[in-house]
Amino acid sequence: MIHAEGLTKRFGDLTAVDQLSLDIAEGEVFGFLGPNGAGKTTTVRMLAALISKTSGRAEVAGFEIGNEAAELKIRERIGVLPDNVGLYDSTSAYQNLEYFGRLHRMDPATLRKNIERLLRMMDLWEKKDAPVSTYSKGMKQKVAIARALVHDPILLFLDEPTANLDPEAAKMVRDVLLELKKENRTIFLNTHNLDEAQRICDRVGIIRTRLLTVGSVDVLRSGFSRKQTVVRLERGSEEIVAAVKRKLGTDGVALSGDRLLVDVDDPERENPDINEAVVAAGGRVIELSQVSPSLEEVYLKLVHEEKPAP
Amino acid sequence: MRFSQAWIIARHDMGIFRHRWGVMGPLIGVPLGVAIGFPLLVSYIVATNGGSGLDSYLPQLIDAFSFWFVIGAAILPTAIAAYSVVGEKVEKSLEPLLSTPTTDGEILLGKTLSAFVPTILALWAGSVLFQVLIDGFTRGALGYLFYPNWAMFVILFALAPLVSLYAIELSVLVSSRVTDARSAQQYASVTFVPLIFLYVAGEIGLSLGTTNLLYLAGIFGVAVLVLFQVSRRIFHREEILTRWK
Repeated sequence: MIHAEGLTKRFGDLTAVDQLSLDIAEGEVFGFLGPNGAGKTTTVRMLAALISKTSGRAEVAGFEIGNEAAELKIRERIGVLPDNVGLYDSTSAYQNLEYFGRLHRMDPATLRKNIERLLRMMDLWEKKDAPVSTYSKGMKQKVAIARALVHDPILLFLDEPTANLDPEAAKMVRDVLLELKKENRTIFLNTHNLDEAQRICDRVGIIRTRLLTVGSVDVLRSGFSRKQTVVRLERGSEEIVAAVKRKLGTDGVALSGDRLLVDVDDPERENPDINEAVVAAGGRVIELSQVSPSLEEVYLKLVHEEKPAP
Repeated sequence: MRFSQAWIIARHDMGIFRHRWGVMGPLIGVPLGVAIGFPLLVSYIVATNGGSGLDSYLPQLIDAFSFWFVIGAAILPTAIAAYSVVGEKVEKSLEPLLSTPTTDGEILLGKTLSAFVPTILALWAGSVLFQVLIDGFTRGALGYLFYPNWAMFVILFALAPLVSLYAIELSVLVSSRVTDARSAQQYASVTFVPLIFLYVAGEIGLSLGTTNLLYLAGIFGVAVLVLFQVSRRIFHREEILTRWK
């Protein structure tokens, strides 16, 4: 659905996106993570044929970005939710959707059907005729998502859909995103929210001008950060800590109450050794578990180290 | 360029302006004020002069009054165009609009039409009332119907539309650099300053007859073409998203 090769955007001397290469398959929900100013919005704008590229190439929904005729075709096939909802406040949700449906040259009957389906899905049908200015932030965000979907796009770009929303509104929007995922839509999701990316996305990419890494959350977690074994003991002691350090030949062992925290590289090989060392030092193991790093840890590590993608 | 896309945008914007007093007030008030106010002034002049010397100066005075339809064509669309472009900037609705399968030219044409159509319709409607009332007074005072005449034809079908387009393009240019509709309107209002000078010149003797009006239309025609090219360059998707304040 999206294929980018060396996609680069410069604004004067500033490089906003540098050599982005990326493939996103049909039906995939792809999370694009990165700090402010990392190039997320610029990437979406290039892929959505809103701004030009400086170099590289990209194909979106079967059309190459870079010439006006193809870009019109791209914009016919995609839906975009910008970081600002940008609704017409004095008109109703229905009128907002109707306007955008007309601009997509939809036939009136299909448009009416789509508007009703989307507003019902967003739980807004009862308030369809009220001016958008009377809506809450979460409701406005749902209308904006419905607007991006009104012409039934095959690819959806969502730029920070839950940013600046209170937890309840953010949950409302996240539920909608999960609904869209069930409908097997291809979604390119720009987000700061790592928990959201972890819950919704099939794969994530982390960008800081350059694409630092890309993969499924599980693969990133297993490949880019330390792993830790947590051993719950009947009673912890410094002897046990020393025994485990000796056995594994590492300093990455610490005691926290009755829990022994051990940094490991290969849990399958090292966990039996840990168990053996604890028992040999007179300890008793109640529970031994593996802690995977969170996506947040992976993200922070990558963003601060600024390591390029392999 | 597809006119149908531009017309969807224009109709939508006109629907929004219908509920804005800041737009509708001048749109109704200015043509109505000109249409009623000046004929009342003419009737007062006729009544107080008792017919002496009217033949010589009344036609010139009416010609000058009719020039207000040109001034109106410069005043009215600035309010609409300012709301049309700056309003979208304030509501941040330009990016979703730019994400639709419309070209920059279609959006610019739509914005232009949304300011142009109501302005011209309001001026034409006002001019009908103006001409009927003026004729009512001139038939008695001068012994003939002053309207219709070629000068008014040139004003309504050439000069006023061109001045209106000129004011709209100028408003679009100004709107790209300011962040509120009031400022856009104030900057764009410089459009009608030279027209006021022309009006005053008409009052004190400059002929605002058909020939001079046609010359004026030619000048504004050229200005519209130049401004349209500049507007096209400024009303560009990438420029709007990355450079507009």
